Amino acid sequence: MEITNLETLPGKQIIAHFGLVSGSTVRAKHFGKDFLAGLKNIVGGELKSYTDLLNEARDEAINRMLNQAKSKGANAVINVRFSTSSVAQGASEIYCYGTAVKVS
Amino acid sequence: MYEILIFMIIGYGFGTYREKRHYKSIKKREKRFLKKPVVTFDKIDNSKNITWAKLVTGNVVVSTDYFKRFIAGLKLFFGGSISSYESLVDRARREAILRLLEESGDADKILNLRIETSTIGNSANKKGGVASIEALAYGTAVKYA
Repeated sequence: MEITNLETLPGKQIIAHFGLVSGSTVRAKHFGKDFLAGLKNIVGGELKSYTDLLNEARDEAINRMLNQAKSKGANAVINVRFSTSSVAQGASEIYCYGTAVKVS
Repeated sequence: MYEILIFMIIGYGFGTYREKRHYKSIKKREKRFLKKPVVTFDKIDNSKNITWAKLVTGNVVVSTDYFKRFIAGLKLFFGGSISSYESLVDRARREAILRLLEESGDADKILNLRIETSTIGNSANKKGGVASIEALAYGTAVKYA
């Protein structure tokens, strides 16, 4: 599976369009790590546990999108966009969407 | 009252030190990637053959320190630019782009860069202010033949 956020897949010819595919996930951190992040809030700096959380969430969202594309018979997803939002306190949503296509 | 003062001193000391160290590392790494342009348009140079193209992402969550948040709270009352938050978002975005570049490997160019910013982890700060900021940078890395 190939993914780009361009309107084409460079070097390849698009032979079929399958329409929109998307994947989303909502993640929350467990109490212990949230507590540590609270301590980090005093001294500032990167919140590693949240970065990891969002990395996992993003991979999960991409995987769900790819599975949907695969089930449609596509072999690439183009024009991918990400969108993040905080649903509840301490939980965040990552949504990614794109167009499933078949390339030669 | 007493603990707020301690938090402020700790926050100011560690926060300033950590921010300086972070900026130093950002500048150092940005120099390394000077030869790899990052652009926000998606025009492809058709005169060259492209070996591969793939989606690359970079992600970071940065929090500001207690002292700066306190100062920002005061500034909110009077209005004007809040420089302590400006440096926070600047750090987050630049770090995200650097991580994207580090992920791109031996690509020649990054096309169509997009940056998403959002606030998360508000539960870490019970008073409900901005606790931390998330920056997500993504784009398409291309390798010319």
